[in-house]
Amino acid sequence: MSQPLVDIRNLKIGATVYPPGENPKKIEIVHGVSFTLEKGKVLGLIGESGAGKSTIGLATLGYGRGGVELTGGEVHVNGRDILAMSDRDLRKLRGPEVTYVAQSAAASFNPAKQIMEQVTEAAIKHKLCSKSEAEARAVELFRKLGLPNPETFGSRYPHQVSGGQLQRAMTALALCPQPDLVVFDEPTTALDVTTQIDVLKAIKDAIRDTGVAALYITHDLAVVAQVSDEIMVLRHGNMVEHGTTDQIINHPREEYTQALVSVRSIEHEEKAPTPEPVLKVEQITARYKGLNFDVLKDVNVELHPGQTLAVVGESGSGKSTLARVITGLLPPREGKINFAGRSLSSDFKGRTREDLRELQMIYQMADVAMNPRQTVGTIIGRPLEFYFGLKGAEKQKRIVELLDEIEMGEKFIDRYPAELSGGQKQRVCIARALAAKPKMIICDEVTSALDPLVADGILKLLLELQKIEDVAYLFITHDLATVRAIADSIAVMYQGEVVRYGPKSQVLAPPFDDYTDLLLSSVPEMKLGWLEDVIAHRKMESAGN
Amino acid sequence: MSKIPLSALIGLIITGTYFLGAIFAGVIAPYGMAEVVGDVWEPSSPEHWLGTDQIGRDLLTRIIYGGQTTIFIATAATILSFTTGSVLGFLAAVFGGWIDQVMSRLVDLFMSIPSLILALVILSSIEATVLTLIVIMGLLDSTRVYRLARAVAVDISVMDYVEAARLRGEKFGWIIFREILPNALSPLVAEMGLRFIFMVLFISTLSFLGIGVQPPLADWGGIVKENKDGINFGIGAALYPAIAIATLAISVNLVADWILNRTTSLKGGRG
Amino acid sequence: MHPILLLVLQRLGLGVLLLLAASALIFGLTEILPGDAAQAVLGQSATPESLANLREEMGLNRPALTRYVEWLGGIVTGDMGNALTNKLPIADQIARRMSATLFLAFWAALISVPLAILLGLIAVRYQNRWPDKAISGITLASISLPEFMISYILIFLFAVQLPWAPSFVSINDSMSLLQKLHAISLPVAVLTLVVLAHMMRMTRAAILNVMQSAYVETAELKGLSTFAVIYRHAFPNAVAPIVNVVMINMAYLVVGVVVVEVVFAYPGMGQYLVDAVVKRDVPVVLACGVIFAAVYIILNIVADVVSILANPRLRHPK
Repeated sequence: MSQPLVDIRNLKIGATVYPPGENPKKIEIVHGVSFTLEKGKVLGLIGESGAGKSTIGLATLGYGRGGVELTGGEVHVNGRDILAMSDRDLRKLRGPEVTYVAQSAAASFNPAKQIMEQVTEAAIKHKLCSKSEAEARAVELFRKLGLPNPETFGSRYPHQVSGGQLQRAMTALALCPQPDLVVFDEPTTALDVTTQIDVLKAIKDAIRDTGVAALYITHDLAVVAQVSDEIMVLRHGNMVEHGTTDQIINHPREEYTQALVSVRSIEHEEKAPTPEPVLKVEQITARYKGLNFDVLKDVNVELHPGQTLAVVGESGSGKSTLARVITGLLPPREGKINFAGRSLSSDFKGRTREDLRELQMIYQMADVAMNPRQTVGTIIGRPLEFYFGLKGAEKQKRIVELLDEIEMGEKFIDRYPAELSGGQKQRVCIARALAAKPKMIICDEVTSALDPLVADGILKLLLELQKIEDVAYLFITHDLATVRAIADSIAVMYQGEVVRYGPKSQVLAPPFDDYTDLLLSSVPEMKLGWLEDVIAHRKMESAGN
Repeated sequence: MSKIPLSALIGLIITGTYFLGAIFAGVIAPYGMAEVVGDVWEPSSPEHWLGTDQIGRDLLTRIIYGGQTTIFIATAATILSFTTGSVLGFLAAVFGGWIDQVMSRLVDLFMSIPSLILALVILSSIEATVLTLIVIMGLLDSTRVYRLARAVAVDISVMDYVEAARLRGEKFGWIIFREILPNALSPLVAEMGLRFIFMVLFISTLSFLGIGVQPPLADWGGIVKENKDGINFGIGAALYPAIAIATLAISVNLVADWILNRTTSLKGGRG
Repeated sequence: MHPILLLVLQRLGLGVLLLLAASALIFGLTEILPGDAAQAVLGQSATPESLANLREEMGLNRPALTRYVEWLGGIVTGDMGNALTNKLPIADQIARRMSATLFLAFWAALISVPLAILLGLIAVRYQNRWPDKAISGITLASISLPEFMISYILIFLFAVQLPWAPSFVSINDSMSLLQKLHAISLPVAVLTLVVLAHMMRMTRAAILNVMQSAYVETAELKGLSTFAVIYRHAFPNAVAPIVNVVMINMAYLVVGVVVVEVVFAYPGMGQYLVDAVVKRDVPVVLACGVIFAAVYIILNIVADVVSILANPRLRHPK
């Protein structure tokens, strides 16, 4: 067998952490990971946050981000050990041999320079080719990556192009010096789902056409399944499983991998509409102060008691604005809101305490949805005291009941939010909403900041609680897999309008309107060859172009 | 968590010593404040540890009493600056609208002119007494506190947890005292240390220029002014108050740094 | 018109407005506070009649607004009236002293700006290592000392113990530049120390901010040399914040000058102002105060305009 392009043996990576009020400490974040990568192959590195996947990716460039050090093992690229290299040799490696595509292209491009200059810089500075050759290469890459006006695209500044385009330009930047290996670090995570699919396709084609090898790092197994030949699953800095893409997706061996593959497979039977909706949104039109266009246009939806209405859309669709209108934070220009058989004041300040109690809200970022100076007990206890006047032992008893309901238990009562994990924080927020005994809860992207398995747990809990408490959810999300898992009815939003609305079974069944088709088809599926199928069968160009 | 780092501990001890010295000046000072006990600019001796000043008063005594004046004025001005600045800043943040606009533009105007220049202009028209000095310094400085308090409160009041409290139907009182204040307190307390140092420097500068604390009262800036001519004869009497000011300022700085670090680490909880 | 031009004009317009408001504030402060020029001339024991006569004579009985407009017109046209104490025209005094002060400030700026940027760069280059720690230690110390203290320490060391430089500064036109520089070496050193600390600290923060951005990482991962990373990627983005830092500190210098001139008995604007305050010479205080404020405000406007001009988003709109 010929020499592999990348050969990592027992790689250990340490980091210096700065705990508050203590001396800096060194900890190990990757505990001996090994793998090889042949020329022209794509290896997917997958894992949740803190798995060490980005750190491993950057190790192939001999780079450690702020305080991260490669502490042990070997990293061979093209047969040379990176850890033994001088800074000078490392600089010769970066660019000509290995390049990097970061998650946020918007931050990774220098705002003060034109795109062309940045894309060609590595090739020119390393004297790999002349300036005109490098620019010709760049234009060719822009064309290949489907960027508009490839001839002139490079003369623009980063802030003058869209996020999806910039991410492609970043790929061009990485490919321009014609390296042997490109490290893609979550290149599509920050994009909308319909934009993601195009960028993903562009990246995949570019990898195939140039014959470059790639490390593709992501937390989304369905995405990585589309582009990689092999997948390595990482958790807490350890390798869990390593195999071909087919083996990992179709025959996962380890329990953790199986959980990742079967994530979002929650089954939920659709409930029939009731005669009396708990929430009726009628002809809502709204805009923000200082804007000269409507963010919501004539929106009509209903939510039935004990059921879930999912509002889906991409960024800018107006879905979160709808939540703000319903909660009364943004009084609409027109239209009215009917809640539990009564008309709601358009401003929350004009609502009765009963109105406020029965309509609760859970936020996307549980981190900032809880006062960091209050204990879990205080956070959950306040609605009990405020709405029901509970005090002392009675209040305590109810707090413990709620903590049991969210599967956390009494021992958390005196903890502060900073001491909880992401999933636990979101659970406490759920308990706080439930404490008010609401008729309805607005859930605004409540799982999108969480790792997939944790998110799954939250969704299961929400469904379980719906059965017990008979509460209705208005579930705002960009993630159609989530919608499938929990919705009874669905409203699809696009540019401020509801483009499709009805019971789940109808909304998700053909014939589709163009946008819903695009949206539905863009959700990565956990199967091989999905990407090609979708691209071949699409009716509408994605919104990001 | 609650372990105090060495630098902060040193800062706390020195700051504490200075404050105790200021409070008990009358007890610990070896001589009377205006008492002439020796010759002009005597060198240090067992009777006069730091020697004597330009008319033969005990320098250590002068510095102890001077510290009392300086620290008292600086403390009072800091308290005034803080209460005014933070109350108005919080109000501006919570009410917003035109109240915020009017106050913020006015503060912009005051801050567009250096405080020393403004203080000089004001002191050309009114008598410098301990009270007027405290009021002038306190109010001029409150513009800075206002900006900080407003910024901190605005940052906090757009947090989801404050929105959650508002949607729950909580009253103003709860939102200010239970949601915003506990989270705003530590950055403000750290800032208070810096403001205090600034006040010490400010009052010393004014007194040195001859428009701050007036004789017979002594303060550190004034002692420098009285003894500055000695320097040209190689007599370091004027440098002792310098050392006092510097050590006080540095120790308060160390404490403020520590408080600030402690807060930032508590705030996020995300490392 | 290019939108950036519009923004700059807008900023300049606001600046003019601020200058007007600041002059009104300074004038108003002396106006609403008890005591006026007539009182200052005659003292506390003046009889009401003589006070009223003098007020009539000095035109103090007319409405405040009229007098403000007249006063402002005078400042703008260079006629600032006469000092109360010696009856000499204020404008003559200021013209002479202004050039002396500018001479001092110019040399202090010339030394401190490059030095501060250099030391700031060194602090960033050796972040958290001993050069950085030494620099921040010295910064802490010099921020904790008032200007007059630094002055006397330097006088004690370099004028008295080692007689290298004079502690009283007088310059005149018959001196050569070198003689003049020797004369002002100590005050310049003090001013340099005073602004250096602040400027270094802020430069360090500004550069660090840029160095920690993702695009600098991108540049490093392209295999560029440290120099190329700094020169090609960090520097263009650090210019605006550094210019801002410099301008803010030049404004700070304006205040430092007041105290330093008093210490070294240097015949500049600062000494003139303090002298006038002590003697309660309100017209002089007003004139000097408004000039100091104007310099401070103009420097801040320059800083604002530079950061607008340096912003690529504004320079190359969509």
